[in-house]
Amino acid sequence: MNNKEKPLKKVCIICAKGAIEDVYASLVMTNGAVMEGIEAKIFFTFFGLDAITKKRMKKLRTATVGNSAMRMPGNIPFPTILGTLPFVEYGVSAMMKSQMEKLDIPPVDEFLEMITAGGGEIYACKLAMDMFKLSKEDLSEHVSDVLTIGDFYGMCGGENTQIIFT
Amino acid sequence: MNQKEYAGVSVEVNDDGYMTNSEQWNKEVAKAIAAEGNLELTDKHFEVLEFIREKLASGATLTIRAIGKSGIVDIKGFYQLFPGAPLKNATKIAGVPKPASCI
Repeated sequence: MNNKEKPLKKVCIICAKGAIEDVYASLVMTNGAVMEGIEAKIFFTFFGLDAITKKRMKKLRTATVGNSAMRMPGNIPFPTILGTLPFVEYGVSAMMKSQMEKLDIPPVDEFLEMITAGGGEIYACKLAMDMFKLSKEDLSEHVSDVLTIGDFYGMCGGENTQIIFT
Repeated sequence: MNQKEYAGVSVEVNDDGYMTNSEQWNKEVAKAIAAEGNLELTDKHFEVLEFIREKLASGATLTIRAIGKSGIVDIKGFYQLFPGAPLKNATKIAGVPKPASCI
């Protein structure tokens, strides 16, 4: 028996949440796989659909309430009550985006383009689309198809394939 | 540190096969490294390689996005020029360190 590790061949990533950090974690992992020459597919469902919905993708936010890891610049604790004030969530989200831009992390639409340019595939969940009353026209041009979860699983076969739920 | 000979030049490489002294690089060395991956370099490849070398020499972090904005190739073109893992392959051929970038 040969115990040598075999390299990862394919990743199938499921993004079910729509906050900035959830979406970006999924996008970085997908694009990171593509960059390594690993076959990558990403399936957006529930609030994750915001990331591929044209009207929503530029307006992702990070939650300032109920986010215990939240800090102000300089590592100062972020009082939850502050997060409830009007526009604080927008301000924090804008700050996150500007920090990411400095690291050359692209906006969501450009990230999707980078993934498909490298051969990655982007899918939307049919059930969640029906729930949110979305049609294919509402989605980014980089979305290949609207699938059932069964269809998506059908694409996740093969040796050294991992399904990652974020 | 290992020594490896490319196009008659003995270069220092690390365990991953990346050159550790980019001064030892020249076009012939690049062609020989590329040939190991069955890649034949065109003028377009060299334009990208030069861009990568200049970018890193200026101290900037290298990302696929930056290459896509270089005006030389778009991202799709970059994947076509250096198939598989383009940033890894291109930096290896450019004689610069393996990029420590997630994007």
